[in-house]
Amino acid sequence: MTMPMNQTLLARASAKLGPQASIAVGLLVLAILVAMPLLHLLPADNALHVSAYSLTLVGKILCYCIVALALDLVWGYAGLLSLGHGLFFALGGYAMGMYLMREAAGDGLPAFMSFLAWTELPWYWYGTSNFLWALCLVVLAPGLLALVFGFFAFRSRIKGVYFSIMTQALTFAGMLLFFRNETGFGGNNGFTNFRTILGFDITSAHTRAVLFLATVVLLVASLYLGWRLARSKFGRVLTALRDAENRLMFCGYNPRGYKLFIWVLSAVLCGLAGALYVPQVGIINPSEMSPTNSIEAAVWVALGGRGTLIGPLLGAGLVNGMKSWFTVAFPEYWLFALGFLFIVVTLFLPKGVIGLLRKKGEQ
Amino acid sequence: MPTAVTRILLSLLLLLPLAAHAGDAQDFVAANPAKQASLLERWSAAPEAARLPLLEALQQGRVAADSAKTAFIETAGNYQAAEGEAQPLDTPKKLRLNNRLRGLIATAVASHQLLVDDPVLRLAAAQQLQKSAKPAQLQLLNAQVASETDDAVRDALTLALANLQLVDSDLAVRLAAVRLLGETGDPLARTRLETLLDPAVESDPTVRTAAETSLAQVKRKLLIGELLGQAFSGLSLGSILLLAALGLAITFGLLGVINMAHGEMLMLGAYSTYMVQVLFQRFAPEALALYPLVALPVAFFVTAAIGMALERTVIRHLYGRPLETLLATWGISLILIQLVRVIFGAQNVEVANPYWLSGGIQVLPNLVLPYNRIVIIGFALFVVVLTWLLLNKTRLGLNVRAVTQNRNMAACCGVPTGRVDMLAFGLGSGIAGLGGVALSQIGNVGPDLGQSYIIDSFLVVVLGGVGQLAGSVMAAFGLGIANKILEPQIGAVLGKILILALIILFIQKRPQGLFALKGRVID
Repeated sequence: MTMPMNQTLLARASAKLGPQASIAVGLLVLAILVAMPLLHLLPADNALHVSAYSLTLVGKILCYCIVALALDLVWGYAGLLSLGHGLFFALGGYAMGMYLMREAAGDGLPAFMSFLAWTELPWYWYGTSNFLWALCLVVLAPGLLALVFGFFAFRSRIKGVYFSIMTQALTFAGMLLFFRNETGFGGNNGFTNFRTILGFDITSAHTRAVLFLATVVLLVASLYLGWRLARSKFGRVLTALRDAENRLMFCGYNPRGYKLFIWVLSAVLCGLAGALYVPQVGIINPSEMSPTNSIEAAVWVALGGRGTLIGPLLGAGLVNGMKSWFTVAFPEYWLFALGFLFIVVTLFLPKGVIGLLRKKGEQ
Repeated sequence: MPTAVTRILLSLLLLLPLAAHAGDAQDFVAANPAKQASLLERWSAAPEAARLPLLEALQQGRVAADSAKTAFIETAGNYQAAEGEAQPLDTPKKLRLNNRLRGLIATAVASHQLLVDDPVLRLAAAQQLQKSAKPAQLQLLNAQVASETDDAVRDALTLALANLQLVDSDLAVRLAAVRLLGETGDPLARTRLETLLDPAVESDPTVRTAAETSLAQVKRKLLIGELLGQAFSGLSLGSILLLAALGLAITFGLLGVINMAHGEMLMLGAYSTYMVQVLFQRFAPEALALYPLVALPVAFFVTAAIGMALERTVIRHLYGRPLETLLATWGISLILIQLVRVIFGAQNVEVANPYWLSGGIQVLPNLVLPYNRIVIIGFALFVVVLTWLLLNKTRLGLNVRAVTQNRNMAACCGVPTGRVDMLAFGLGSGIAGLGGVALSQIGNVGPDLGQSYIIDSFLVVVLGGVGQLAGSVMAAFGLGIANKILEPQIGAVLGKILILALIILFIQKRPQGLFALKGRVID
């Protein structure tokens, strides 16, 4: 686990050295991330070879980083704490999984449907053997759900803990739905045993490298998008919305459209992250939608620092790095550690690690 | 000559049962299963009071035989000869019975119990015979109906007789039996009547028409039973949700924070019950039946203390930041779950119902109301009344209401808001602890117990609004009944999703829940 460690050290260094150094550090991290998949292509006996395990692990964490960034856009900037982002992530993953299952099944039905003795595909599987349509679904499924839910939620000005609970109930309902075999998404086993993507073997080094690079590109793109948003007038209005919604309304703004836009954007980003996660990890099942997963994403953001763009990435890297280490070294104590993390971060690190670094930088 | 032979044969035949009668138990033990079955059928058709002990022993699996095939009845480890004074040659082996024999024994016991003096036993026997009477018992039942003195028993017996008369050769008897079956609400009557609709089974069209009418009657009665059953399970679920959500509503109203560790207070309450049960088993086994009553205060104080400690150490420092509180309490809940897992293990622990909470009342043939659920509905209402009294008739309640309505103003008037927060948090957690005691009596007790109730109880709070007990009560029972009515129609999962959608739509109309306090505060 080199990634999170590097990130902390680098971020700490950057805080001391000022903005120019931050850019330099960012470029360095980016260079490492681009180099990793290339090094994976080296023969296994080469000293610089990156194993498939590390590449998958880092790729997985990068997907989580995108989720954290998406959550930060709604929580850190617009003040809406979603406890249901796992649902959007899983929906994107399932959309991609549908394509991969069709690819693996060839002309027949996916294996789990044969077990259920189904003879034809349900209507919503129509066209999923087409990669482009699957990509559309990756965007449409989470996007439309977020649009409908957000429309009703923001229309009646649900906010604060009410909003959080409703999103949590939403992802819980989604999990129950996907656990059913009759829903047509493989029940509690979900999708697995993928073979090829666009005709390429999904386990080959080249495919892995390309998927990893695609994740890096998506991360950088969403970071850029977030940066542009945060600096725009739109971002200002969002921040104002978070801090004093009523005053903003008195100033003549209608917050509904702003909230809805950022909410749907965030859901779509999550869906894309999920779509990249599934082929890399090789499995998707309804437990991704469990409320526990979504609320864990909130602690990534809180640990890194809300309302910053780098913070969530840092938090996602740190927590998942810790998780990978703990679940191997002390599996029984991971939940204790995570629980304490929740408490410590909220009590002592209201601005997250980034806030801490900034404070140190100022001293 | 033939007459002489016949006479001898007949006298022999008469002697045979006499010889056999010397030892019913002996006969039974010596026979093979097929013969045992025919013995039992014969006994059922002609009950004798003296045979009842043997049959009861058979039903309880206490009949044994030694190597010489002598029958013995076991009582608390001692073997006594079923007939005569024989001593066992070696340790007798218990008789093995298959399921068919067990069914026949139950029937035989029932038909023998028709002869006893206790009308309660006779009624139970008659009800058993409604299910399992055999055609051979027709005469017996006829005779019993004629001689029975107790009205309830006679009615039950008439019904049992009617079941047999459905295949009577006399048209009028069949017709009367079909009509009689229409009066019951018994699920078995439905299947019996349904077979009669087939012309191959019942050749007479008038009986078939009568069967159709009776069937419609039975179905209507069954439907009533089903609906009542759904309403009852809805009330039961509602009372559980109420116990889970009441404390949450108080703390949410007061502090504006959602306590994600609230479900774990339920879990800790259930584990306190388990601990009390274990202590009773070890130190006072004779008073074990009373353990739930002792568990109530124990669970209340344990969870209230934990709740107050949490308020003092964590939640206090997060005032004004509700979303952070939500995350911090989630962390607490993770720690509590893992702690219980480490201490008690990840498996469920066993909490047994005391005798006064097991069993149920049979209201209709297809509706049994379990005692534990009835008691819990009553208990939930009792807790609501207690909470209402506490909030409306005590100084603490006054303070809690004042802080809920306007924290700053209450502080200005000298209400010690910090103390009120702590006590109210303790109260909310304690109520959850009481809910845990109730839950331990109807479900599994494991570390994840609280997780399964937390989302539903949040929805109760969202729906009911805060600051008013009435809102929570209405929302809990409403959600419980809606859940149970939707469940058989569209399945449990789709029902839950539909309810969630309805709640989201409902909030469009009433963003503050069913019963909102009116106020003019705006940030």
